[in-house]
Amino acid sequence: MTERKVWWKTALGVVFTALMLFPVYWMVNVSFTQTRDLRADPPHWFPWDPTFEGYEAVFAQQLPALGTSLLVGLGSVVLTVVIAAPAGYALALLHLRGGRTLNFLLLVAQMIPAVVMAMGFYAVYNNLGLLNTIPGLIVADSTIAVPFGVLLFTAFMSGIPREMLQAARVDGAGAWRTFRSIVIPMSRNSILTVSLFAFLWAWSDFIFASTLNRNGDLIPITLSIYNYIGNNTTQWNAIMATAVVASVPAAILLVVAQRYVAAGVTAGAVKD
Amino acid sequence: MTSIPADVGSRDGSRGAEGTTPAAPPARRRRRTLSSSQWAAVGFAAPLLVYLVLFYAYPLWRNIDLSVHDYTIRAFVQGDAEFVGLQNYVEVFGSSTFPTALWNTFVFTFGSIAFQFTIGLALAVFFRSSFRLSNTLRAMFLVPWLLPLIVSASTWAWMLNSENGIVNSVITAFGGEQINWLTSPDTALISVTIANIWLGIPFNLVILYSGLQNIPGEVYEAASLDGAGAWRQFWSITFPLLRPVSAITILLGLIYTLKVVDVIWVMTTGGPGDASTTLAIWSYREAFGTGQPDFSPAAAVGNLLIVIALVFGFLHLRLQNRQEATS
Repeated sequence: MTERKVWWKTALGVVFTALMLFPVYWMVNVSFTQTRDLRADPPHWFPWDPTFEGYEAVFAQQLPALGTSLLVGLGSVVLTVVIAAPAGYALALLHLRGGRTLNFLLLVAQMIPAVVMAMGFYAVYNNLGLLNTIPGLIVADSTIAVPFGVLLFTAFMSGIPREMLQAARVDGAGAWRTFRSIVIPMSRNSILTVSLFAFLWAWSDFIFASTLNRNGDLIPITLSIYNYIGNNTTQWNAIMATAVVASVPAAILLVVAQRYVAAGVTAGAVKD
Repeated sequence: MTSIPADVGSRDGSRGAEGTTPAAPPARRRRRTLSSSQWAAVGFAAPLLVYLVLFYAYPLWRNIDLSVHDYTIRAFVQGDAEFVGLQNYVEVFGSSTFPTALWNTFVFTFGSIAFQFTIGLALAVFFRSSFRLSNTLRAMFLVPWLLPLIVSASTWAWMLNSENGIVNSVITAFGGEQINWLTSPDTALISVTIANIWLGIPFNLVILYSGLQNIPGEVYEAASLDGAGAWRQFWSITFPLLRPVSAITILLGLIYTLKVVDVIWVMTTGGPGDASTTLAIWSYREAFGTGQPDFSPAAAVGNLLIVIALVFGFLHLRLQNRQEATS
């Protein structure tokens, strides 16, 4: 009887997942649909007669945008880790004075709406001539990830056994040496988690891209999709093909690094 | 995890207090080693401090500056905007968009949270008992959360398209009438809320599921020995024991949902009229959404939004602190 109950649950689980992922399926389906069939009634539930026009358009037009997003994502990862990891070390293991205040500020920083940051950055960049530049966008995107990164690093590094640090000190290692040879290697997993989120957030960002980089020569893929929708509402197969391609990093990360994803989501909210 | 940094902080704080009382010799010895490493600590935190000042404090200050001046595009370029004090705020509060945007923000936020949380909790309970494929299926539930928002939003926009959308074609196939989801003032807000609920389910599921993992299995075993059914078990065990995690999930959800711009902007741009304009959308539209950027009122609306977010934020912090105190 238990055997049957379990089987029944799996079936229900598959149904729930299918319902949940239907929009994702629909995106893929539309991306393969012929332009003439897009307005068919009833709509084609499966692309029996698939077209690759949409994807050809993506590869003909969107490669620079994908490259820009990749560059911005990687830049944001590097900046986030370089800033957040040492700060986590200072907070977790070096007992930085005022650490409590700093933690509090980081929590507050996470609550500030991106649209407010975007306006502030716009005003600042306007004076500095950083509007429509890649470095400007990298810095703005990194603000989404830095507070999260510091809090995550602090939590993980607090778990590093004190004995290891004491042993290093006995051997004459200074703070920097300890950080490089012990803390960083032991924090490999948290570095991966932080990098993953920093990349995904920068890759997915629309608000900063659409405000700080709207007239740039190199626009990221999210803004490119948005402009695509605005310019040509008939070619939904091409739009959806772009959307599918823009989702590829998320899909890869889900498969390769699923446990870091789950770790990051829960770390953001729940105490262990 | 946020408990841990707070913990470190409090330990740090108490140590600082000890350091000021010279009568205690052990504290003084500790302080000496501390101050030698304190320079290193400051050194390692320095990039973050500089970063926070340059890329958080300064833009935020500029934002306040925008909201108390009258910035036109010309003034923006020349930097000679007139100081108007709180006039922008007065205009925002007096604007006819204000009550609509406030109400829409309320409906959008609480509608999203109520459904995201209920569905997320139901799914978390469902996935709690492991069955074949349960881990794989649960992982697949993360997909909507990982997709770029613009991708999900444009997919929903096409699905809800009046003439060619799949949703309407299903409705008409069952004899219903075509609904102008995104173009009718009656349904635009509901449509964006539905899309946002879908986006938020994975987050709720993951956090609530991890909360459920912390409830010991023996509690359930004891309950079922006493003859409590699944429904009874949920209300007597799961729900009360999950309350702290639930509270944090809901408050974080509130803070995130208040900020949402991308989804609504891509699907309806806040329209038709102001039908789906929230405070965040209003701010975005004033500053960047039209050909004529109006930064000053936009900044005023944005600052208002910060205040609302902070209220919920402090509630969250208080809750978390109280939890640490009790556990």
